[in-house]
Amino acid sequence: MTNKINLTVNGIQKTLESVPGETLASLLRMRLHLTGTKIGCEEAECGACTVLVDGEPMMSCVYPAERADGKTIVTIEGLAERVHEEMHLHPLQEAFVEHGAVQCGFCIPGQIMTAYALLKRNPNPDSEDIRFALKDTLCRCAGYPSIENAILAAAQALQTGEPVQKPTHIPSSTRSEDYKTVGHSHLRPEAVEKVTGSAIYTDDLTFDGMLFAKAKRAMIPHGFLKKLDISKAKALPGVISVLTAADIPGEKTHGLVIYDWPVMVGIGERIRYVGDALAIIAAETQAIAEEAANLIEAEFDLQPIITNPVQARQDGVPQIHEKGNLLKHIKVRKGDVDAGFAAADIMIEHTFHTPTTDHAFLEPECSIGVPLADGRMEVYVGSQIPYQDKTQVARALGWDESRVRIVGQLMGGGFGGKEDIMGQIHVALLANITQRPVKLLFDRQESLIVHPKRHATQIRVKMGAKKNGRLVAVDTELYGDTGAYASLGEKVMTRATTHAAGPYDVENVRADCYAMYTNNPPSGAFRGFGVTQSAFAVESMMDMLAEKIGIDRIELRRMNALRVGSITNTGQELKESVGLLECIDRVDAEMRKHTPQPFTPVIDSANPNLVRAWGFASAYKNTGLGGGAPDKSGADVELYSDGTFQVRSSAAELGQGLVTVMRLIVSEELSVAPEKVRVLVMDTDLTPNGGPTTASRQTFVTGNASRYAAKTLREKISAAMAQKHNLRPEDIQFTGGVVHLHGRELTWVEIYNEMQAIGQPPLVRYEYEAPKTKPLGEGGDMHFAFSFAAQAAEVEVNKLTGEVRVLKVISANDVGLAVNPLGLQGQIEGGVMMGLGNALTEEFLVENGSIVTDHLARYRVPGIMLTPEITSIVVEHPVEAGPYGAKGVGEVCTIPTTPAITNAIYNAVGVRIDKTPVDQELIANTLWERENKK
Amino acid sequence: MNLWQEYKKPASVAEAIEALVSATDSVMPIAGGTDLLLDLKQGRHAPVHTLIDLTFVAEMNLIEPRGDELYIGAAVAINRVATHPLVANYAQALVEAANLIAGPQVRNTATIGGNVAHALPAADGTIALTALNAQAEVASPSGIRRMPFTALFAGPGKSALDKGKEIIVGFYLPLTKKGQASCFKRIMRPQGVALPILNCAVWLEREKDTVKDIHIAVGPGGATPFRATEAEAFLREKPLTEENFSGALEALLTQAKFRTSARRASADYRKHIVGGLFKDVLETAWERAV
Repeated sequence: MTNKINLTVNGIQKTLESVPGETLASLLRMRLHLTGTKIGCEEAECGACTVLVDGEPMMSCVYPAERADGKTIVTIEGLAERVHEEMHLHPLQEAFVEHGAVQCGFCIPGQIMTAYALLKRNPNPDSEDIRFALKDTLCRCAGYPSIENAILAAAQALQTGEPVQKPTHIPSSTRSEDYKTVGHSHLRPEAVEKVTGSAIYTDDLTFDGMLFAKAKRAMIPHGFLKKLDISKAKALPGVISVLTAADIPGEKTHGLVIYDWPVMVGIGERIRYVGDALAIIAAETQAIAEEAANLIEAEFDLQPIITNPVQARQDGVPQIHEKGNLLKHIKVRKGDVDAGFAAADIMIEHTFHTPTTDHAFLEPECSIGVPLADGRMEVYVGSQIPYQDKTQVARALGWDESRVRIVGQLMGGGFGGKEDIMGQIHVALLANITQRPVKLLFDRQESLIVHPKRHATQIRVKMGAKKNGRLVAVDTELYGDTGAYASLGEKVMTRATTHAAGPYDVENVRADCYAMYTNNPPSGAFRGFGVTQSAFAVESMMDMLAEKIGIDRIELRRMNALRVGSITNTGQELKESVGLLECIDRVDAEMRKHTPQPFTPVIDSANPNLVRAWGFASAYKNTGLGGGAPDKSGADVELYSDGTFQVRSSAAELGQGLVTVMRLIVSEELSVAPEKVRVLVMDTDLTPNGGPTTASRQTFVTGNASRYAAKTLREKISAAMAQKHNLRPEDIQFTGGVVHLHGRELTWVEIYNEMQAIGQPPLVRYEYEAPKTKPLGEGGDMHFAFSFAAQAAEVEVNKLTGEVRVLKVISANDVGLAVNPLGLQGQIEGGVMMGLGNALTEEFLVENGSIVTDHLARYRVPGIMLTPEITSIVVEHPVEAGPYGAKGVGEVCTIPTTPAITNAIYNAVGVRIDKTPVDQELIANTLWERENKK
Repeated sequence: MNLWQEYKKPASVAEAIEALVSATDSVMPIAGGTDLLLDLKQGRHAPVHTLIDLTFVAEMNLIEPRGDELYIGAAVAINRVATHPLVANYAQALVEAANLIAGPQVRNTATIGGNVAHALPAADGTIALTALNAQAEVASPSGIRRMPFTALFAGPGKSALDKGKEIIVGFYLPLTKKGQASCFKRIMRPQGVALPILNCAVWLEREKDTVKDIHIAVGPGGATPFRATEAEAFLREKPLTEENFSGALEALLTQAKFRTSARRASADYRKHIVGGLFKDVLETAWERAV
């Protein structure tokens, strides 16, 4: 017997048959195609699925659809009004757009619906009301301050009937006068789609006849696959195909640098972590695919488990890969370290530990394979490296690459976690066999178990200095847990190693890093790329050294800071664009506006258990791949018959704002309004290769490709028009959205027509290659640019319980040029919050190879309640080769946060944190023992 | 693998009991379902054929004074508990606890009865209701009965009720009088599962400088929620001085069995910080009871 569900959705009455086990989220997305409601976790943790039920915000992922019978539902699609074909945004939607509160956009429907319910109940909320209401509506891009400002602005607009106030606290670039478009704040081109729920992410797509896939995971950390019985799964009605390693037509492994990761583990082969795939299933429904996976029986020959990188390097332990457990021994050598220590007046040494952490992007991985009639294969996926996906899918299919097209989709966050292959190959294999479209969507648990993480590390630092504080030698030994497969492990740990002595000019440096395979989930790229870990160690050491010598910790950093003319640890002379001292000075000055003695503990007047103090840290991070890797990006710029432009590159938009940067650059070069420039990214048929979106490189590399493509198009038009109209090319001016031909004005439509008429289509492809770099160990320029940063954090520690709250963070970042100050603000706020999570909340726990934190409820990412007051200072020391001097910012803005917080804890209560995340129990116990000894 | 096959929406308590006992396959009552559905989905709960949704039962959705008691239906959403003026008036500790349970969206779905039925020794609502000296109204095929609140629990995560045929209908709280007040607070850690390291609720009656009567609940300090009766006895009819507080804390530490919870808190840490929390809650309730 089925019941009927009568409900009103966005003002429209619906009657639907009930479906066993259906949630409201599923009903809305699958049956009503209202895909603006997002599913981030299906465990009532993230809030992305928030809709209004009878006016109250609810998590639709844990709301039985049958309970919605008789109720009124409002989703994100129900807020904006369409009046005469024109979209009228709700003031909340408008405010989210205007305030730059939209980044990857995946959480935005939930944020807006939660805020909408708040404003219905409380039209005039203050900051505290907003935080209380949005407590569990997570944003991993973490633009919480912008979200809060947007809600305040919307509330004001709703109350007064006036237009939504634009943000006033985000200054333009200091060089904005030199430019028409770049350096000034602009809105994201895709922001409106993201606030109305019409933005499409991979899981929002459906295709006729589409099947649903599920991977059978090994769920044992180490062993050999003895037997695999797929017969019951195959026999289940609704199952269309079950594939194992034996069914892979092409290469059986994938990988970003080293092909060591099996697409599926075959009989007799080694399983190296719990997430290894044994079989893949395509079925008519998701539920059938999951049931089939449970029917697959596997037998294993279990092997001893390697649980950490130090153990992995010991003699006599099992070797996980044929070449052993050592992925790479990375060495940095500069000067004579032993002589340096001999000359030192003061020496300190300490060991630090950092855990594995997870990106926890709110959009779980999703891939859809679509076989085409002409024998080609399309793969729809949100990926940070579309062209590499294309290569890898083709390899596994045993096809020529030209038969594969990656159609990149909007990404609900990536942060480095969407660089490796997840479902791309699996859906292609299943789609090829079944000749039907196949979707593979990870649930949150699978996402947490399978994709590569941030490396857990052990870092021992020995530091020698003169009495005056001048560093003379730094010796570092690092162990990095790269897990079961290489992924980008070697690159990540190389960055950790080269940056291990901090952004300082040190004559004698030695660093040895052992990147080790273990039976933990693989580790790879994660915002900060290894430097997050080594900066925590070295910045803690700088404070310890300052205390030991008895000098001011900021003075110590100033004295040793890299500056123009310094030689880095890898032997690179910094010739320009070193804004570190300015970052340090400006954070210092800003901090001292609050208190002249920031590092002296202050006891709360109302509660003597609460103690406050500031902490300080600096950082640097390379822009671009470096290390001798060719760093290229291609971009097309094309003029269309309607006078608009399109710029195209297969670089990834994962929320960071690259699409906006490309649009602004092309607009600047051609002197047209940004709205005249459309951007297409991530489609390997339609856009040239922009390379991986990693290493803070895209503003620089694809920004330059876009810039030079636009410039070349301009020159091409100039030359053509000069010839045709008998003018000198310099007589042709591009200003004010038109082209001036020596007194005559041509519109871009006319230019298009003229170019076509002379047989020169107005289209240019430009391949930009960044300045060449040298491999580690050869000296010279290992990187073509570095970004610099300093941060100060004020914390409050409860001496009794050890609880820590971060009250304020001041963040200065040398970005060369703020291409879009509004977008930059979001990056900086999010960077601080991710750093705060790294310091206080995040720890991905693996015990004996099994994953403890396999749900979002167990892996905490910071919410709005933990958000401190964030002050951003933009420092702009231009780099010659960057677009208008710009360099990367995505990573450097998150690196100093953790040590700034832990240094502040030390300043407040005298407990040195040498292991993250901060353990409040350890703080309380240390203080307690100290008290007892008195 | 559907989370359930059949879904029933009884309108009365009698219908709900009938639906439970007449089920031929596995059956569970569901209120908010924010725990149950996740337990089913993540395999912590055996699959269930039929869910009996209690949120359509009118009796279970009421908050109203009944005689000298306040009645709160078990299917009332946590957020309604937190914002209802009668609860604010008579049970401030429960408002404070309700405002800390999960997040706002979950509080609109999750119910006060579900918070209790899950039988965790430190559920925020449970600890507040314990100190408020609540009674539970329970329905079974043999009728409706009242029982003391703490009798609902059999062990950590184990209800004393037979979920196959019994349901909690609602709770009764004595209406507070002048001189009586309550308070709830808790201590968390920012990592891992959002369960409190410690929570504490105190209800007390104050006569000038003397504690006339007091109820104290601290969680998790045993397999089930409990009243710190020894500390209560120590403080009754005494002035609230530093010395008497120390005596009460000592009594509480003797009675409470603090354990180590992996990745959350050690027993020693709990013992170390419970005094500060207890004092804070006690003093706040004391100030309120003027």
